[in-house]
Amino acid sequence: MAITYEPIATTTLSTATASVSFSSIPQTYTDLLIIGQLGQSASNNSVRYRYNSDSGTNYSYIYMKGVGSGVGSGTEANATSGYITETSGDGGLNCIFKCNILNYTNTTTYKTLITRSGRASELVDLVVSMWRNTSAITSITIAQGASFPTNNLISGSTFTLYGIKAA
Amino acid sequence: MPTTYQAIATVTVGGGGAATIQFSSIPATYTDLELVYSTRDDRGGTQNGVNISINGSTSNFTHTGLQSNGSSVSSFNIPRFVAYNNGSTSTANTFANNAIYFVNYATSNNKVFISDSAEENNASTAFILIGANRWGVTDAITTITLTPDTANFVQYSTATLYGIKNS
Repeated sequence: MAITYEPIATTTLSTATASVSFSSIPQTYTDLLIIGQLGQSASNNSVRYRYNSDSGTNYSYIYMKGVGSGVGSGTEANATSGYITETSGDGGLNCIFKCNILNYTNTTTYKTLITRSGRASELVDLVVSMWRNTSAITSITIAQGASFPTNNLISGSTFTLYGIKAA
Repeated sequence: MPTTYQAIATVTVGGGGAATIQFSSIPATYTDLELVYSTRDDRGGTQNGVNISINGSTSNFTHTGLQSNGSSVSSFNIPRFVAYNNGSTSTANTFANNAIYFVNYATSNNKVFISDSAEENNASTAFILIGANRWGVTDAITTITLTPDTANFVQYSTATLYGIKNS
């Protein structure tokens, strides 16, 4: 039986690190899934991504979030990185995210990512983000903050990339 | 290659109903867990809560939720709250669709998990919910228990626990 759901790579940080990358992503799956547990030591900051090392203004996103006491929503267009979630600065591994990247090998469509994420008692987030490029995704880099990076990801943060086959 | 996504156990509620749905003796051989469940309870209402306990504990939980009922969006913090059930006065034969993803459940970090819930009802009120949760205990998760608020799960409620390996 063909394997539907397969780990491609996993990274656990042994020290504070500026970014995490998955490179040479096999083109043999249909969709990708990234599972992460992370934190940072500085103040609240976004967790962002780039595909294929593209730092151009080719990303956009919309998010909806709850913070317990209220809700919020926002968008950004023509950004230099896409958006996954937001961490706190408590130095703990309290942020979890789950990103689905659909049809990542398709060379006729822009690439969309949907993320569910949060930090208990602080934030829960639903994000859709787009990369305006029809190239297949061959690498993914994750970093903290719009400066890509602004701060480091803390030691103990984990990231796993899974491939999912439709048939 | 070992199976990445593997069913550990399934619970199907019988004719007498059930006060809880529980998974115990969870092996520590996976990286993450995913609990997928379709449930209804016997209490009147269309917004009946489901709570979680882990390893028999109802303490040290924190949460942030984001929900919509079709006309408004709200956020709140209710520790242990993970889903809505269809209650006895909701549309007949309709069960809520829910999922919980536990990352790194067997490590010595605090346990963080994302909860999703969709409680459809062919009426003016239904609910969709996402939650960020944390159990602030470093023990591995060995037991997961779901309990409806002041109710019992009804027959045909089902739940399956999957183990996910990152290598």
